[in-house]
This record gives sequence, structure tokens and C-alpha cells, in this order.
Amino acid sequence: MASPGFRAVLPGALCYNRRVGEADPAEDKRQLVVLEGVRKSFGDLQALRDIDLTVSAGEVVVLIGPSGSGKSTLCRCINRLETIDAGTILIDGMPLPQEGKALARLRADIGMVFQSFNLFAHKTVLQNVTLGPIKVRDIPKAEAAERGMALLERVGIADKADRYPAELSGGQQQRAAIARALAMDPKLMLFDEPTSALDPEMIKEVLDVMIELAKEGTTMIVVTHEMGFARSAARRVVFMDGGRIVETADPDTFFSSPSTERARDFLSKILAH
Amino acid sequence: MSVLIHNLGAFGAGFRTTLALTLASFAGALAIGLVVASMRVSPVAPLRAAGTAYVETIRNIPLLVLLFLFFFGFPKMGIQYPPFPSAVIVMAAYTGSFVAETIRSGVNTVARGQAEAARAIGLTFPQSLRLVVLPQALRAVVAPIGNLFIALVKNTALASTIAVVELGSVYTRLITETAQPVAILFGATVGYLALALTGGWIFAEIEHKVAIKR
Repeated sequence: MASPGFRAVLPGALCYNRRVGEADPAEDKRQLVVLEGVRKSFGDLQALRDIDLTVSAGEVVVLIGPSGSGKSTLCRCINRLETIDAGTILIDGMPLPQEGKALARLRADIGMVFQSFNLFAHKTVLQNVTLGPIKVRDIPKAEAAERGMALLERVGIADKADRYPAELSGGQQQRAAIARALAMDPKLMLFDEPTSALDPEMIKEVLDVMIELAKEGTTMIVVTHEMGFARSAARRVVFMDGGRIVETADPDTFFSSPSTERARDFLSKILAH
Repeated sequence: MSVLIHNLGAFGAGFRTTLALTLASFAGALAIGLVVASMRVSPVAPLRAAGTAYVETIRNIPLLVLLFLFFFGFPKMGIQYPPFPSAVIVMAAYTGSFVAETIRSGVNTVARGQAEAARAIGLTFPQSLRLVVLPQALRAVVAPIGNLFIALVKNTALASTIAVVELGSVYTRLITETAQPVAILFGATVGYLALALTGGWIFAEIEHKVAIKR
């Protein structure tokens, strides 16, 4: 969250207190995530080369591209799970802070869902969901549990509240992980290949939850191979290859008439079956 | 065997001292181990360096040397404690260096994603260590920490060298006094076995109880 002093000097920051997702045309112009000239290397491998990307409040942006194209790295840079070598990342107008308390506060406002779920193995599903609210937001335990149960209800696994992650199916674990992220009332949700580790039957139950979130106006950045989701829920599709953003378009345009040869080639390969 | 019965009082006193020495040193070792292991996995380089220096110094010096250094050497620098507290401090420091390494290896068994998820919901590094990583790391190292407990039980016998009247010094004295070494050694063996076996059993129970379903 921006400090009051910082808000005052930001021209576009007049409606900060509005919750993400409330229908307000002015809100849509609020730039929640701004990346400029972002570069990142792992040793000799250039994972990200001069990435520019802006995501407005309420937008659902889907990042697609072949393996190794940098889309997951990009997603992870946004809450600084990966540090960047050059460029700037602004979240809600503020540059990403260095590792420390300020970064922790910022991360609390950004929900993240991982490919491998990463539920806390030693805690029950409900404890997973309430840990952040209790320890980061200082919400009383009873209240956190009540809200946690409501969230588990919403993702359809309230009956698993007292189970441990290992006792759940992959799809249930991922829905629990989404509930854990939502429990922090994030203004932005990052999904890093949320369905890639799931059986086909379980993919739908997770995508259903995500589509519901998108409909409610949650700002989402989604790295996925689920073209169906991209088509139905994305406002924009960002196609990446070799660490660059090759093409950005609305889903209809992107899937029917991609403008770059690389995107056409990629789509022909994944949509052939 | 009557020699044992006659000296039961002395044995009992020695056993109680050994027990107290073991428990106090072990509590200290766990505390030191937790702190030093946390330092060694911290993102702050000076803390990591200090943790490494501690471990590599303490664990590579023989316990007997550490005891003599602390009890006979440190008083020359104005640091002086009675025998029992001295033994507790040295044993805790020594065992703590091994506990730290054991916990650190436990931390390495915790999947990277656990710490990432902890940070992603806004926990600070100390919080993620305390609430997510260490609870899982400790569950993974209950058995090796049980080993360290048993080693400590036996190491306490060295405290007799700095005039702590524990089980080890009791049997050394009784052997000289009674000239019946076999019976006396048998008694001492039973004492140490009882302590070590009970410790081992407790750790097995703990391990069973806190195991994480995966």
C-alpha cells in the first residue's frame, strides 16, 4: 500500500481506497503493475530482455509462450521472488522495495498461486488460509477462521478445512492455495502455471474458481497453457518467447489472427490436437 | 553386589547430577542450535559468517579441551563459574554446535516452495523461518537430535575432570575406595544406559508423533 505522502504526489492515484473489482471506469485506468525495461539473467541465460508491461486494475492478463520463454520468471519478478538485474517495477505507483519489512507488506497485498501449490505441509487447510491474516494482518484468530471458512466454502473445499494438504487431491490443494492467497485481500493475484501439475479432471475445478475471480473483477496475471481460460477470461494475451514480449493482443485477435510469425507457429503447435 | 547397595546413596546423588547436567546442557544446546542454525540460513551475510565461525570453532575442539579452557583458562580473564554451571555452559555450547548443523540440514530438506509461499503471503524472513520452515525442519531431524542427546549423556562423564560430582566421578571414586571395579562399573553402566535409553525412547515417540503426512 502506498504511504499517504506518496499518494499525494501521484496524479493518477485519486481513487486508491476503492476495492479492486468495483465497477468504475476511472478505476480501470489505475495502473497497478508497471514494468519498464526489466531484464533478468540466470548466469549466461537471459530470462527477460527489456520487458515493458502495464497491467491496470481489474484486468486479467494471460502470459503464454513456450517453455523457457520467461513467463514464469516475469510473474515471479512482480512480487520479487526473483530479483531483476535492470529496469523498474512499480506496484500501484511504488517501486518494489528491497527485501525487508516493506517488501513483506507489499507481498501481503499480492496473492500468489504456485504450480506446485506450496501449501504449508505441517498445517491444516484452514491454518494455511488463516496464517497470513493472523500473523501479517493481526486479525483475531476467531475472525480469521470465520473468514477462512467462508473462503474455503467459496472454493468448494470447506469440508477439508481440518485436513492436511497431503490428504487432498491436487485440485483441492490448488483451490486451498487460492483461498490462502485471497485471505489476504490482495489487490493483485499472480498465478504461476496453476494447473500445470494437475490431472485433466482437476484442471476444470481450479479454472472454474479462477474464472469466477476474473468475473468479479480481480486483477490477475496468469501464466498458463490453458488456452480455453485465456480465451474466456483474459482481457489481454501477452505472448512471450526468448525472454521478450513478442505480441500483445486481446484474446479474440490473438487466437484468430496473431500478427507475428512466432505466435502463429506456437499456436499451430498447441492447437493442432 | 552388596557394594552397590551400600553405596546406593552416592550413586543416586551422582545420577541426579548427571541427569541435571544432561537436561540443562541439552536445553541450552537446543536454544543455541536454533539461534545458530537460523543465523546460518539468514539472508544477512555477517550473521551467516558469525554462525559458521561459531560452529567451525566449537565443534572442532575436543570437549575435554573446551572444559579445561573454560574452567582453568577463562578465570585468568576474569570469567569464573563454579564447576556445575561451567560444565553446563561448555556442554551446551559444544552440543549446540552439532544441533545447529543438524537443524540446518533439516532446513535444507524443507521444499523451497514452502519458504516462497510464506514470503508470498507477506511473512517477513524471521516469521517464515519461525512459522513455516523451522517447524518442518525440526520434524525432519528429531532422530539425529536424539543421537546428539545420547552423545551428550555420555559426554557428561567428562565433567568429573572439572570437579563436578556426577555419576562418572562417583564410580571413579568408589572403584578406588571399594576395590570392586566390576560391580561399581556395572552400576554406572546401568545408570548411563537408563538415561540414554529413556532419552532414545522419548525421541522415538516425538518423531512418531510429529511426523508430517506427505
